[in-house]
Amino acid sequence: MTTLQHESRLHERYLRHSKKFPNVWCAGCGIGIVLGAIIRTVDGLGLDKNDVAMISGIGCTGRMPVYVDFNTLHTTHGRALAFATGLKLVRPGMKVLVVMGDGDALAIGGNHFIHAARRNIALTAIVVNNSTYGMTGGQYSPTTPLGVRAATAPYGHVEPPFRVAELAVAAGAAFVARSTVYHVEEMQRYLAQAIQKNGFSLVEVVSYCHTTLGRLNRWGRAPDMMRRLKENSITLKQAEGKSEEELSGKIVRGVFADREMPEYTQLYRQIVERAQQEGRL
Amino acid sequence: MSARLMQGDEACAEGAIAAGCTFFAGYPITPATEIAERMALRLPQIGGIFIQMEDEIASMSAVIGAAVGGAKAMTATSGPGFSLMQENIGYAAMAEIPCVIVDVQRLGPSTGRPTSPAQGDVMQARWGTHGDHPIIALAPSSVRECFDLTVTAFNFAEQYRTPVIMLMDEVVGHMRERVELPDYATVPRVERAQTPVPPEWYKPYENFPADVPQLIPFGEGYRYHVTGLHHDERGYPTERPDEVNAWLDRVFRKIRRSLSDILLYDEDGIETAETLVISYGGAARSAQHAVEQARQRGRRVGFLKLKTIWPFPEKAVERAAERLHRVVVPEMNLGQLALEVERVVGWRKVRRVNRADGEIIRPEEILAAIER
Repeated sequence: MTTLQHESRLHERYLRHSKKFPNVWCAGCGIGIVLGAIIRTVDGLGLDKNDVAMISGIGCTGRMPVYVDFNTLHTTHGRALAFATGLKLVRPGMKVLVVMGDGDALAIGGNHFIHAARRNIALTAIVVNNSTYGMTGGQYSPTTPLGVRAATAPYGHVEPPFRVAELAVAAGAAFVARSTVYHVEEMQRYLAQAIQKNGFSLVEVVSYCHTTLGRLNRWGRAPDMMRRLKENSITLKQAEGKSEEELSGKIVRGVFADREMPEYTQLYRQIVERAQQEGRL
Repeated sequence: MSARLMQGDEACAEGAIAAGCTFFAGYPITPATEIAERMALRLPQIGGIFIQMEDEIASMSAVIGAAVGGAKAMTATSGPGFSLMQENIGYAAMAEIPCVIVDVQRLGPSTGRPTSPAQGDVMQARWGTHGDHPIIALAPSSVRECFDLTVTAFNFAEQYRTPVIMLMDEVVGHMRERVELPDYATVPRVERAQTPVPPEWYKPYENFPADVPQLIPFGEGYRYHVTGLHHDERGYPTERPDEVNAWLDRVFRKIRRSLSDILLYDEDGIETAETLVISYGGAARSAQHAVEQARQRGRRVGFLKLKTIWPFPEKAVERAAERLHRVVVPEMNLGQLALEVERVVGWRKVRRVNRADGEIIRPEEILAAIER
């Protein structure tokens, strides 16, 4: 089978054809690339669709689950990880993929993000980081770089951005990686590692929004912004020994954490055993 | 089971266990914390799951996630936390997710006077979310009712695929009474409906049967979409007014057609009454006492104690009050359910007895309103 035939078979197997196309995303958007990478990863791992849940919050990335033939839950803004925690506890055998944008995961959902990481519950968080609120028109988000223009920062942005992957490492995630929508093969490798990790995993996928933030800052069209991801990013290895100044404005790609720690649902099973032995009333 | 001294909060937790609850997510807040503590102790014993989340928003979210996974799920909070939960109570209403939310009311607004009794969340229980949807809210007035109505809340949630609010208050939550609880195996339980159709025919929001679609847990081979957006029968987002209206009609109809099952209240001495007292929750205990005192003084007083406050039992109130000129409505707020009573019987008939200072209403205050 050629790659093209294989891709078309994947569309048939994993996308919902009954109602939901065309999708909501602008032509040239990176979110579809992430969706494609997730589908190829799930297929490559040989997961049963019945055992996969995709959960999202609100925003452009939040619209991803409706297109795929998994168990899909489109929740409220910022709350996807908290919904996912409830589902995972009840269905520990399921692979729960939580797709979020940067505003969704780190502003309104920031508290849930750090606590899900701290708890080390085996959810796979995928943050598509385009540094803005695309759906509402390019307002500044927690990852908007200092100084750039946004719909709510017409004179330039005055806040420094979160570093998403580093935040997840500090909060205690078991697996953390960062890639971009340009580096699809790499992104898929990280997604596969994340989904297989027995613990909280985060893959930050750096993307762009050419129709809002890109337009406001005259960063060009989608291909121009895609080229920026290629030219502005370096691997962790390349970043070694470089100063903060040298790394300024660079996207550092790689695996930031991959550690073995007790996973929440497994620890909880031990609690159940203890409670049943003690039998207090 | 033998008789024991028990708190309303504990009885609520035990009612949840008896109803088949296997998941609790919550955040500490007085006067509801005892429910969480009891669930933390009890749920692992039956193989269930307790989790303390980072806030009440997350608690309500986790409850919905667990319910989507097939669990009977509950959270418990008080006013400030109840406000935070409204966002996802609305989600549960929109996506028709069965779950139970316990609000042990305390004096507000805001942090208020922790943790003194109040019934100030009556309207929040009805209208706290944005948008229009039906809701069921139950208000116990004794420790035994905390147990029984929690069982009922879970059964309503499953039967009608809806969030159900247990609107307790500090009085019943912290009150200790001697109760004899039934053998849990004999407690009637409504289990989640199974669908007779195979996955390829399954529509999660189909108008069947009796306007309550079957909710198949995630992970059982029925892959479908759940969203807080307005959606069609398959759960896919829609912007079509005809599909939005079909949803609105159905979710209100599924409750309305079962009102005779849902509306719970106790009537006493209605037929011969000259004056009617309508109360609920903790205030009903003072009202009960006042009614008894008034009767000892030779007055004919009817008592209507509401256990279901939402939907509001309009017909029961109308029927009980139609011949009368005086309806006394004691409640620990500045007149919230009284607004509904006034809507049904006319405001001229209604005498409100209110306190919103964190003190319980004394029977004498109600007696004075009966005799005035």
